[in-house]
Amino acid sequence: MRVPVQLVLGAALFALFLGAALLSLVWTPFPVTDLDIAAKLAPPGGGHLLGTDHLGRDMLSMLMAGARTSIAVALVAVGIGILLGVPLGLAAAARRGSLLDEVIMRGNDLIFAFPSLVIAILITAVFGPSALNAILAIGIFNIPVFARVARGAALTVWPREFILAARVAGKGAALISAEHILPNIANLLVVQGTIQFSMGVLAEAGLSYVGLGAQPPTPSWGRMLADAQTFFYGYPRLAILPGLCIVLTVLGLNLMGDGLRDLLDPRLRRNVR
Amino acid sequence: MVHYAATRLVSLALSLIAASLVIFAVVEVIPGDPAAYMLGLNASPEAVEALRRDLGLTGGLVERYLSWAGGMLRGDFGTSYTYRVPVAELVVQRLGVSLPLALYALALSTLIALPIGMLAAARRGRAVDYGIMGVTQLGIAVPNFWFAMLLVVLLAITWQVFPAGGFPGWDAGVGPALRALTLPAVALALPQASILARVMRSALIDTLGQDYIRTARAKGLSEGQAIRNHGVRNALIPVLTIIGLQFSFLLAGAIIIEKVFFLPGLGLLIFQGITQRDLVVVESVVMLLVFAVIVVTFLVDLAYAAVDPRLRHGR
Repeated sequence: MRVPVQLVLGAALFALFLGAALLSLVWTPFPVTDLDIAAKLAPPGGGHLLGTDHLGRDMLSMLMAGARTSIAVALVAVGIGILLGVPLGLAAAARRGSLLDEVIMRGNDLIFAFPSLVIAILITAVFGPSALNAILAIGIFNIPVFARVARGAALTVWPREFILAARVAGKGAALISAEHILPNIANLLVVQGTIQFSMGVLAEAGLSYVGLGAQPPTPSWGRMLADAQTFFYGYPRLAILPGLCIVLTVLGLNLMGDGLRDLLDPRLRRNVR
Repeated sequence: MVHYAATRLVSLALSLIAASLVIFAVVEVIPGDPAAYMLGLNASPEAVEALRRDLGLTGGLVERYLSWAGGMLRGDFGTSYTYRVPVAELVVQRLGVSLPLALYALALSTLIALPIGMLAAARRGRAVDYGIMGVTQLGIAVPNFWFAMLLVVLLAITWQVFPAGGFPGWDAGVGPALRALTLPAVALALPQASILARVMRSALIDTLGQDYIRTARAKGLSEGQAIRNHGVRNALIPVLTIIGLQFSFLLAGAIIIEKVFFLPGLGLLIFQGITQRDLVVVESVVMLLVFAVIVVTFLVDLAYAAVDPRLRHGR
């Protein structure tokens, strides 16, 4: 099987930022909370590879720790979506047309009606801004997405012969869903997971840009952009670097998603081209 | 069609009720009571009590919900605590910025995306197609507020073609107002246009594989004529859905873009509401946005059914 080019390219891009995020757990060139006002707005090169920001913090260290925040928030949000959404979708498919199915799908429609940013605003207005609340806000929005994908995919698996065989063998709907349906729809869930991951990174950046995400001193790309806004004209690198990090991470994840879809679901590829 | 519209209308009403219950519940779970929360720690008990009366917090839970929801039905969204004016008045005033901005962005996105998507589909597999797919892939990955910052530095500061922010108001004339909204609209439109162009492309490629396109070619139409007369119309169905969905994204996305450009729209109102703990404003604006999304989805469903008779019968 030929591995799609996008997959390789996307995975390489994402691996770069994932690596930086993991490395930042144990080492950054400078501590990210280190303010060095004397060295503020230092140009790249010299002691600081990518220069320093308006408070004298090392840009490279901030960007590495920012990758950690971004990836952690998006990852947990995707986790929430999968852990809650997939079982709901499987249950709805197993009892297709029942009241349970109807309730689950209408509940999903309801969450869809709240733009994720509006959920985040509501949550922060009530509980105060924090990275945790940003995760919740993005994660809640992921639940209906995964429920829908899981339900739709599971419905195509249920009529198959091997499911009939499992039912004849006396397995219940829950067991069949876990043992036979889930492995058969895992492909689609992985692809959707990658897409939601990239949307999560964008959403986290947006939320922290408006001050509803991770709070200082936790570095995040979105807040670096917000901080850079006043210095942008004189020091464009302050805004260009975090922005590029967001773009490249999201691009990497999207390319990975496209590549995975081509690799895992050849039927889809034939339809599209 | 009437039956279809009626069932959709019932589900629209149910969604609105459910959404209002959720929003009401979230605001209700605030520790303590909203009046104390809004006034902060140093408020005197008398002031809190007075605000409780103002906010209508004295009745039971059901009574309070009914008076809030009933008020909204009559167009009474309550009174802003900080501004001391009816929230409905504030919202209408701010909608005068946010709504034109979202519509402007929607128009830009549609006008740019559809021709590009069609071009890519018509030249699929060739250099033009790969170029367009690459650029739109990048467009999806760019955060719109960052793109907005780049636009400001380039077009507002370096070349000074457009204002960097602020809004002169519609009283200053349509020209200056639209000029102030242009950069925000472009920034909002970029990711949406990228998505829409890709949807247009794959929808058109899907239809181009259909038998009726082969028939059209067989009866002597050129490739271009077949695409224009038979392909595009059929491809527009999924595209319409996405356009409808995008409108609600644009309204919500405007919240962040308004912050970049200091535009006095709903977004700024909601953030002021949060910092000033003006729950009445936050609650109402959130409800209004959700209302807009639900209604637009309903309208798209109807438009959908009007375009495609298959959807009206047995789904």
